[in-house]
This record gives sequence, structure tokens and C-alpha cells, in this order.
Amino acid sequence: MSAPRASRARWLPLAAFGVILALLATGVWLSRDPDRDALPSPLIGKPAPAFRLPVLGAPDRLVTQDDLRGAPYLLNVWGSWCPGCREEHAVVDAFAKTGRVRVIGFNWKDEPEDATRWLAQFGNPYDLVLADYDGKAAIDWGIYGAPETFLVDGDGTILWKHVGPMTDATIREQLMPHVERLEVK
Amino acid sequence: MIRVALLALLLCLAWPQATRAQVAVDASPLRFETESEERRFHRLVAELRCVMCQNQSLADSNAQIAHDLRREVLTLMRQGLDDAAIKAHLVARYGEFVLYRPQVGPATWLLWFGPLLLLGAGGLVIWRVVASRRQAAPLPPDDTETW
Repeated sequence: MSAPRASRARWLPLAAFGVILALLATGVWLSRDPDRDALPSPLIGKPAPAFRLPVLGAPDRLVTQDDLRGAPYLLNVWGSWCPGCREEHAVVDAFAKTGRVRVIGFNWKDEPEDATRWLAQFGNPYDLVLADYDGKAAIDWGIYGAPETFLVDGDGTILWKHVGPMTDATIREQLMPHVERLEVK
Repeated sequence: MIRVALLALLLCLAWPQATRAQVAVDASPLRFETESEERRFHRLVAELRCVMCQNQSLADSNAQIAHDLRREVLTLMRQGLDDAAIKAHLVARYGEFVLYRPQVGPATWLLWFGPLLLLGAGGLVIWRVVASRRQAAPLPPDDTETW
């Protein structure tokens, strides 16, 4: 082996180490997103799943996905047992007050009395609250942890989903572009 | 068994997204009609990932959504769906992520064949090293060795 080639080979382990280090650094960089555990929903761009759910406080009134057609709506999954829902409550409330899209509550696996008390205590931003007591409808929506939020257009197509508590930045940067596009249509 | 369950619960509690909580109602155990049904159920849920505690299978997780999904799997089994149909049912709702053994497709080619690619690359490197050494002149016999 010639001398320059041997000296080049000496640097090989260091170069390999550098490559591995770069790989690790990329992994750390890619995981900077605090929402990295949120699963992308396969339902985006698809019709909202069929459901038939009673309204909270009016168990005899059943609502289906077809009843909600005609205008877009924001479906906000919550429960009185969910601390993250309380955390985002002010954000949902503020968005509902703008009146740009109606906000429908999806009360997930909750006791009706607890849910009603929660709304009385913290305020009710919802046009309508659907009660999914046993969590069957939630599976069709791919819901796995409250709070979750869906934007559905007037034709019943799911446009957007957010997993975890929404912040003002979530509304401004992610939801509003969709809402503006809907208003143009 | 209880220790494992406690550990699973602890892991779930310690999950960083502590703000995303779950309700704890209806934890009644599932009842199986036959032994073969029970075997099939356990095999199936071990291959499905819990969407809440993302490093546990549906079989291991104590998350409420895992309870609900196990119930859903059993319901679907009793409706006569085969394993592939049950998996497709969950994938349609929760995405490919629920499968511990992802389907082979353009998005997962690297995942499935990446190791083979690495093995091939390693083999190529070794082959080249061996070939270059073979070309180098053999070592001259060393007369000074005394053993």
C-alpha cells in the first residue's frame, strides 16, 4: 500500500464517526416538533364517517352526519375528565365567538351530568354538543385522545385535523388558512 | 402479571403528553366464547399498536382507547371479518401506524429492503478490500523467524 493511501485510510474511522454523528443530529432535529407523536389522520380529504349520536342534554334528539351538511363545522372532541380540554377551552371559546365557522362539541365517553356541569362552569362555546357515551362513534373518526379537532366542510369532507390542545397559534397558522379558503368558495 | 400491568399504567401516566388524558370507565374484561377465538384475538391484538401509548401493542396497553379498540376487534371478529379485513378497518381510521408489521409499498420499501441494501453495501466493501489485497504482492518469506 502506498503512503498517501495509508494516511487516507487512517482518517476513515473519524469520517465514519462524523457521518454517524450527523445522522444522530438529524434525528434530534427532526424530533423538534412538540406534536411529533400526533398521528396523521387517513380521513383527511375523505367524507366524515357516518354516525348517529344523541345531543347532550336532549338524549331523544339524534343527529347524523347528514344533519350537519350545508355549512362547514369545527368538531371539537372533549370530555370533562380531560385536563387538556380545559387548557384549550379559552381558545375554542374565542374562535367560536368570531362566528366564522360553527363549533360542534363531541363529548367523548363522559357522564352527561359531569359534561353539563363542566359547560356551566367554564362556558359553552358549542352550537351543539354530541354525546358519544360508549366511544363507538369515536373509533370511526379515528379519535384516540381528547382534545382533538376536525374541520369539516359543507359537503361533509374532512379538511383538517389537530391532535392535542389547540393554541392561538394553531388557530392562526393552521386552521385559519382552511377557513379562509372555505369563505372564498 | 399485576406488576406488568402497573408498569404499563405507570408508563402511560409518565407519557410526555400528560395533558391529553383519557377517561377510565367500563374496564370490564372481555369474554370469549371459544378457546380458538381467544387465541386468534390475542394473536391479532399483539400485532396492532396502541395509538395512545405508542410503544405498546394493543394487547399490552392499559390506555382506555386500547380497551375500546380491543372490544372493537372482538366485535369485528364476531361479525365474521378475517384478520386482513380487521386490520384494514383500523388502518382506514387510524392509519398505517396501527400495524406493527407495515404493508409493503412504495412508502415502506426503504423500511423493508433497507437492511438488505446495507448488507449488500457491506458485502461490496468487503469484496473490494479482499480483491485489492489479493492484487498486492504476497509478503516476502521472512527467514529470520525462529519458531
